[in-house]
Amino acid sequence: MHEMGIAYSVLAAVRTEAKRHPGQAPRKIGVRIGELAALDPEALRFCFEAITRDTDMEALQLEIEICPFRYRCLDCGHQFIVQDYQCQCPQCGSLKTDCIGGQELELTYLEVEEYGASTAGAKNTQ
Amino acid sequence: MERVPLERKILSENDRIAAELRARFQEHGILCLNLISSPGSGKTSLLERTLGNLPRHDRLAVLTGDIQTENDANRLKRFHFPVKQITTGGTCHLDARMIERHLADWKLEDLDLLLIENVGNLVCPASYDLGEAAKVVVLSVTEGEDKPLKYPSIFFKSDLLVLNKIDLLPYVPFDINAAAENARKVHPGMDIVKVSCLTGNGLHEWMMWLGQRRRAQKLLVQETVS
Repeated sequence: MHEMGIAYSVLAAVRTEAKRHPGQAPRKIGVRIGELAALDPEALRFCFEAITRDTDMEALQLEIEICPFRYRCLDCGHQFIVQDYQCQCPQCGSLKTDCIGGQELELTYLEVEEYGASTAGAKNTQ
Repeated sequence: MERVPLERKILSENDRIAAELRARFQEHGILCLNLISSPGSGKTSLLERTLGNLPRHDRLAVLTGDIQTENDANRLKRFHFPVKQITTGGTCHLDARMIERHLADWKLEDLDLLLIENVGNLVCPASYDLGEAAKVVVLSVTEGEDKPLKYPSIFFKSDLLVLNKIDLLPYVPFDINAAAENARKVHPGMDIVKVSCLTGNGLHEWMMWLGQRRRAQKLLVQETVS
């Protein structure tokens, strides 16, 4: 259960990025979480809501993109989603494959909006 | 609404510190290992056996993490190597900053080996890079042989699986071959050693693995220097 720590890291990143956009309010933060990242998206959402509630970040939405466990074949270049840990290339049968996805713990984007542009942020601008 | 691309890791601050630590370890030719397991799998026992098997003048140090108490550090201090307890006060994993802080008053030039015992947990420690050269996961035979499938992340990221408490195999319904198979299903080619920290059985395999890694780390440094 380290979702709370991750939630704080996401929020800290939002605050840092928000400073580069004076006069604009952060509205949505996108994160990418790999299936193998050992992180529960629902627990992260819960923690994120808990730490933003009744703060200037209350209107900030969290969008989570889940990334599948993916491999790339080093022989034929085929990329495939791994099911039941079968890492063998389904196209050419090669065992020389490399993990290319599933470990993500990344920030993808931040959406910012002029203060007062939507009612969602009205509370924050008071 | 304006969308600003970020494309960076959530734990970029941890990763930055871990990268600095890794560079410092490499500069000093230190092999750093991060030991991870469930609570009670035998990380501290494995360390006791390891320290007991190494010569007194060996250049190694241990950082041991727990939520509370200095118990593990006290167990390990009797081997006369530098040992420091990291008490997290509730946090279920170690992070790179804790390592950096606890290394502050140790001279890295006096070390060849740094063993880090993480907090007992198979989930969260997998996400935090500590600057180690390799993660080592410990699984004991009183647990389920399907643990690699239940907690794939840590088995995927670890170079070595230490199957511990093999002295108990006659008394528990643990299929050691199935456990090894499950680990290699998640992480093909993973190294596996089978040990008993109680009887000492199999420990030479672990010590050999450790010795090989230490020699490899030294060669790495020599190549960088030359």
